[in-house]
Amino acid sequence: MRVVIVGAGEVGSTIAESLAESHDVVVVDIDSDRVESLTYSLDVLPIEGDGSDVETLEEAGVADADMVIASTDDDETNIVTCGAANVVSDAFTIARVKSPKYLTAWQRARGAFGVDFMVCSDLLTAEAIVGLAGLPTAQDVDTFADGLVQMTEFEIPAESPVADQTVAEADRFDSLTFAAIIREDEVVIPRGDTRLRAGDEVVAIGSPESIRDFSSEIAPRERGPEDIVIVGGGEIGYQTARLLEERGFSPRLIEQDEDRARWLAEKLPNTTVLNSDATDQELLERENVGKADVIVAALTNDQQNLLATLLAKRKGTKRAITVVNTGDFAELFEAVGVDVAVSPRKATAEEITRFTRARRAENVSIIEGDRAEVLELEIDAESVLVDRSIRESAADIPEGVVIGAITRGDEHITPRGDTVVREGDHVIVFVDTEVLDEVTEKL
Amino acid sequence: MRVVGELRVDWATSLSLVGTVLKALTAPLVGTALVALWYREPLVPFLATAVLTLGAGIALERLGRDDLGIREGFLMVALTWLAIAVVGAVPFLIAGEGNLASPVNALFESTSGVTTTGATVVADFDTHSRAIHLWRALLQWMGGLGILVIAVAVLSQLSIGGAQLMETESQTRDVNKLTPSIEETARLLGWLYAGLTGLMVATWLAIGAVGLGPEVTLYDAVAHAFTAVSTAGFSPRAGSLGAFSPAVQWATIPFMFLGATNFVLLYHLTRGDPSRLVDSDEFRFYLAVVLGLTGLTAAFLVASGEFTRVERVARHSLFQVVSILTTTGYATVDFNGWSAAAKHMLFLAMFSGGMAGSTTCSIKTLRWLVVVKSFRRDLFREIHPDAIRPVRLSGQVVDEEVVRDVYAYVLLSGIVFVLLTVFVVTDAARAGKQIGEFEAMGASAATFLNIGPAFGAAGPYGDYAWFPATTKVAFIVLMWVGRIEIIPVLVLLTPAFWRS
Repeated sequence: MRVVIVGAGEVGSTIAESLAESHDVVVVDIDSDRVESLTYSLDVLPIEGDGSDVETLEEAGVADADMVIASTDDDETNIVTCGAANVVSDAFTIARVKSPKYLTAWQRARGAFGVDFMVCSDLLTAEAIVGLAGLPTAQDVDTFADGLVQMTEFEIPAESPVADQTVAEADRFDSLTFAAIIREDEVVIPRGDTRLRAGDEVVAIGSPESIRDFSSEIAPRERGPEDIVIVGGGEIGYQTARLLEERGFSPRLIEQDEDRARWLAEKLPNTTVLNSDATDQELLERENVGKADVIVAALTNDQQNLLATLLAKRKGTKRAITVVNTGDFAELFEAVGVDVAVSPRKATAEEITRFTRARRAENVSIIEGDRAEVLELEIDAESVLVDRSIRESAADIPEGVVIGAITRGDEHITPRGDTVVREGDHVIVFVDTEVLDEVTEKL
Repeated sequence: MRVVGELRVDWATSLSLVGTVLKALTAPLVGTALVALWYREPLVPFLATAVLTLGAGIALERLGRDDLGIREGFLMVALTWLAIAVVGAVPFLIAGEGNLASPVNALFESTSGVTTTGATVVADFDTHSRAIHLWRALLQWMGGLGILVIAVAVLSQLSIGGAQLMETESQTRDVNKLTPSIEETARLLGWLYAGLTGLMVATWLAIGAVGLGPEVTLYDAVAHAFTAVSTAGFSPRAGSLGAFSPAVQWATIPFMFLGATNFVLLYHLTRGDPSRLVDSDEFRFYLAVVLGLTGLTAAFLVASGEFTRVERVARHSLFQVVSILTTTGYATVDFNGWSAAAKHMLFLAMFSGGMAGSTTCSIKTLRWLVVVKSFRRDLFREIHPDAIRPVRLSGQVVDEEVVRDVYAYVLLSGIVFVLLTVFVVTDAARAGKQIGEFEAMGASAATFLNIGPAFGAAGPYGDYAWFPATTKVAFIVLMWVGRIEIIPVLVLLTPAFWRS
C-alpha cells in the first residue's frame, strides 16, 4: 500500500514509523529539517512542500496512493489537504482535527470536505480520559461491537485482594475473559492456574458491567469516582466535562481565564466552573481538591499540568489523569506520580494507525505500544471458527490468541470451550503481534 | 440648563401612531352599538364615541410620521394606553348611569378595564345597560392581549417598528418570536387568544345546555370569556362568579390559568408539542406556586372551620387563589369574611402574577423564579467563591443584565407599593374616612398590580367608589404604570430619555 502522510510532527512521525515497515510511505512537510531528520530514522520518501498544494501532492505521487493521511497541527490545512487530494486521486483520505466542530459536520455526512475518515484528537483524548476516570486502576480502555464489549488494561495494585490469586480464583464474572497478562514487558497468555501478581497489567475483555465489577474487585476500597476535578477548560477539558455530564457526573472545572470560564459555565449546566488558578494552594484548600476522587489535568502546558497534578496528589487526591502534549514525557510523568498520562498526539496517531489496520478488521486496539492487538472481526464462511466449537477449532488457531468475547446481533456471548461460532458473529480477539497476519488470514 | 429646543423625541410620530390605533377602536365601539341595538338600549354613547374617536384618530394621524425609534416606541406605548383609557371612559360619561356618571369614576373604570385590573366603582350593577357592561368587558379583552396585537398588526402594516413595540412591551425578553415576521407572530397570538375566548364561550354554553349551569346565557358566556382569558375580572353580575353554579366555576378556573400561561408555549401546545410547556421551568414554578398557595389556603380554611365539605374547600380555595394570582379578580365567595391566615394567602398571591408573555400583570412568576435562582446562586457562591454559575431558565442562560433588571423591577415595585399604601392611608384620613392598614395595602396592591378586588370596602363584593377622588386619581395613574410596567415609565421620566 502506498501511503502519503502530510505533516511530519509527532503524529505524522508516529504513524510513519508504524507503517514504514510494511508499506511505501511518503512524508510531506513544509519544514525541511523535520523531513530530513525523518529520512535518517525511517525508510520513507520525504517531500518538502505544502501538503494542501495540489502540485506538491502530485509530486508526492498521490495519484498512485492508496491512502492520504493529513496530520499537521492545523485543522483547516488537514481538511483542505484531503479535499485537494480528492481532486487528483482516488486515495482514501484521513484528516486529523483538533476541534470537534469539524467532526460534528463530518459525522452528519461522511465524506464531507473530501475526508473519508476523520479523527478528532481532543474528543478522542476526552473520551479516553472519561473511560479511564470511571474505572479505578485502569490504564487503557477501548470499546468494541458498538459498546457491547469493553477491553480494559488494569494494573493490579500491591494491596489488591486479587494479587496472588490464580486466574481461576479471580475470575468470578460470567461475561469476562482474561485475555493476557503483561508482566515486565512479557505477554503471558493466562491459564486457569496462572497466578496474578501485584504490578501485573491484566487485559480483560467483557461486558462493560463485568469490567466495572472486576475493577471494583481489584481495588475494592476505591468505589467508582464521585468527585472529579478538571483543571483547564480548553477543548479537552471542556469535552471531558461534557462527556462526564452525559454520564451523570457533576464535575468541577478550574479555568483561569474569566471569559472562557463564563463561556464554560454557560455551556456546562452540571459542572461547577471555578474561575481560578489551579496551582493556587489556597484554592485547592478552599475547594477541598484533596478530597476529590480523580483530578484530570488538561492544561495546554505540560509543566503546569504536572505541577497541578502533583499539588492535588499532595493534598490527597486519589487518582490523577494528566494530559501530556509531548508524548515522550508520558513515561516520566507516570514515574513521578501521575497515575495515567494521556497524550492526545499519541492517541491520535494510534487511532489513525489502528484505522489503517482496521481495514482488515472492524476495530482494533493496540496494547502496550505494539506488543499485541485486540481485534474485532466479523466471521465469514471461510473462517476456521465457523460452525465449530472453540475447543474443536483450537488446533487451527496459533499460540498467543485469546477469544475474548463474541457478539451475535445485540447479544453478548461469553466464549467457553463448547461455544459454537456462527457466520456473521463478531469476535473480539486478543492477538500477539507476532502471529497477527496468520490470525487475520484464518479467522 | 435649558433643554427646550434640544428635544429629540419625535412627538409627531408617536402621536400619529396613537391616532392609527384610535381609528382601529371605532370597530369595537360600533360592535357594541350593534349589541345595544339588539337589546334596544341607547346607541348614542357608543356611536358618538365612535365618531369622536375616528375624528381624533384621523386628526392625530395627520401629524405625519417618521421612522419609529426606541424612544418613540416607549412614548407610543405609554400614550396608547392613556388614549384608550380616555376613549373608553366616554361612553360611561355619555350614558351617565349610576357611579359611572362622574368623570373620575368613568376614567377609573375605563383605566381599570383597559389595564385588565378589574377594580370597579360600579355598586349597583342593575342600573347599567347590558351594552355598558359589555363595553367594560370588551375594554378588558382588548387590554389583555388585544392592544398589543392590534398595535403590532397595525404598525407592521405600516412596516415600522413592530419589533420595537414588542420589546418595549416585554421587558424580560420572554416573548420569543414564533415566526421571522412580527406581523405573523402577532396574528398567531391573536388567533390563539380569540380561540381560547371562543373555547370558553362554548364551554359555558355547553355546561348550560346539559343543565349544570341553567343560569348561563350567551351574553354571560361572552362577557365572562372576554374578562377571564384576559385575566381581567369584570363581571356584569353583582355576585361575580358567585352568581353561577359550581360546575361553571370549576370550568372557569382553567381559562384564567391558561390566560396567565405564556402564549408562546400555548401556541406550541396547540401544535401538538406539549414538551415546551412541560420543560418550561417557569411553567412548573407557576403551577407549583398555584398549588402550594391553594393547599395552604385550603388548610387555613379547614382549620378555621369556614367550609366543611371537601368540594367547597377545594373549589373556593383553588378558584380564589387562581383568580387573584393570575390577576383576574373574580370571586365566588366574599373572602372578606375568611380567617386572617387565609386572607393573607390571597394577599401573597397578589404579588405573584402568572407567567410572562401572557395577559397577566403583577410581578410575574418569571421574575420571581429569576430572583429565587439568583439567590440560590448567591448562597452557592458563599461556599465556592470562585465559582461562576449562570442563572438558567429551562436550561437557557439568563443574561446578568436581565437578572439585575429583574431585581430592580421587584425592588421598585415594592417601593411603589409601600408609597401608594402610605398615600392611601393619609389621603383617607385627610378626607375624614377610616381605612385599616390591611385594607389600604390590599387596595394598593390590587390596583397597582392590576388585580382588582382587595379586602374590606374594596373587597370582592365591594367597590372603589368609596375612595376619595384624589386616591382614585392615584390609582388610575398606578394602574397605568402597573400595566405598562414600571421601567418604561421611569425611562420616560429620565432626563436622558428626552435629550439627544
